[in-house]
Amino acid sequence: MAEKGSTRILDGNNAAAQGAKLSRVQVIAAYPITPQSPVTEKLSEFVEKGELDAQYVAVESEHSALAVCTSASTVGARAFTASSSHGLAYMHEMLHWAAGARLPVFLACVNRAIGAPWNVLNDQQDSISQRDTGWIQIYARNNQEILDSIIQAYRIAESVYVPVMVCYDGFVLSHTEMPVNLPSQEDVDRFLPPYKPHTILDPANPRNYNLVTFANPRVNAEGVLCHGYMELRYLLQEALQNSRETIIKVGQEFGEAFGRTYSSTLWANRLDDANTVIVAMGSLVMEATVAADILREAGHKVGVLGLRVFRPFPKADVVKALEKSRLIVVFDKNISYGLEGATCSEIKSALYGSSVRAVIRNFIVGLGGRDVKARELVDAVNRSLLSAKEDDLTREYPEWICAI
Amino acid sequence: MGTRDCQHICAESSPAIGEAGKTGEWRDSFPVIDPEKCVVARQNKPACFLCWLYCPDAVITKTVPIQIDMEYCKGCGICAQICPAHAISMIREQ
Repeated sequence: MAEKGSTRILDGNNAAAQGAKLSRVQVIAAYPITPQSPVTEKLSEFVEKGELDAQYVAVESEHSALAVCTSASTVGARAFTASSSHGLAYMHEMLHWAAGARLPVFLACVNRAIGAPWNVLNDQQDSISQRDTGWIQIYARNNQEILDSIIQAYRIAESVYVPVMVCYDGFVLSHTEMPVNLPSQEDVDRFLPPYKPHTILDPANPRNYNLVTFANPRVNAEGVLCHGYMELRYLLQEALQNSRETIIKVGQEFGEAFGRTYSSTLWANRLDDANTVIVAMGSLVMEATVAADILREAGHKVGVLGLRVFRPFPKADVVKALEKSRLIVVFDKNISYGLEGATCSEIKSALYGSSVRAVIRNFIVGLGGRDVKARELVDAVNRSLLSAKEDDLTREYPEWICAI
Repeated sequence: MGTRDCQHICAESSPAIGEAGKTGEWRDSFPVIDPEKCVVARQNKPACFLCWLYCPDAVITKTVPIQIDMEYCKGCGICAQICPAHAISMIREQ
């Protein structure tokens, strides 16, 4: 068992910076944006004071930040970046690139609403808009999970060669202080071995990486049949499909090393006898737990399912967790405009063809920092309980908790 | 047989002639040099070589007379544009 480490009062951004430091990141490139800025400030302070042996590359944009990280990762350095909202959107092209190049880059996404209109407060539209870029996405509920998830993220990314994004709610977590256990550097070093790149730039053995690749497989100059574009994309999908196993294994080993176990892709709260399940992601899961307690007091058998891993989407785990549910109420801090909340769509997709036949209701909440109170979640669940009928399994569009 | 045997997980190759395939197949017009006009051919000694310098695919030799490797010439026509003696014409592939 590990040494105890030390417990400090940290906000989410500081927890993220400490996680990066403990992971011994070697190259940091990030462009400041609210609410992520303190992460970059803290890390540059660590480097400047000589507490962290890393190159801090000051860049002129988020696009360049991730370009620096992908390059650093290609030559074998452990790379770190962080962003939010418009900054993450500006990285979009390079997000695809990092995943397509199979580089285990790490990104901390401090979830913030995206304009127009301007808004610096929290929702999850930014990271949800990047879900199809081929990154693993993990959502933290509190500051301890931010730190723990970063250390795990490097193990996961460097095992499966897929970049990992850890997402945490802006202000709700990023600027809120809570006790966080900092493991000792020796223990983290034991848990997280040095990065072994699958690419390496060596003047003695020059290689081309991510060059123009045609539709069809092609025999290279050495006479070896090489992947076409589509085979490489298949391999990325395969890597994400198979990454669940690695995520679970790393989470279990983290538990053995540090006493905090992450042995599931989900957070389950009082699901054993629940026929009504609240589904949420990020810090909203904590609020949902409070709502479930209130509903339990009123005699309803309510549980909470928190999505920890959003990509790869843990379909089988979700189906198993929702086995006994008759009513599923999904709260989304995002929306796929013209349809519904993204996690609701994913839940429905996971349940297709399963034996679960539950009423599903979707509520859009907390966009642009709108406060989400446990009482509002309780009201939404109560309304859903009233409308839950076999012939009314789903609604065409989600309901919104707002003043319109 | 599938492509897994190459053991790559991203697109990669060693820099080598032909690593992008026979790029000459891309060509829709090809360069023809008129030795009556070419400075190198006329003087029969190393001179000019602007076509060699500008060719983006390095398929033109710095020799007397110059040679063009048609296996890899993509037919971009930069040599024809840059030639100060107007010795290179681009002819449509049939």
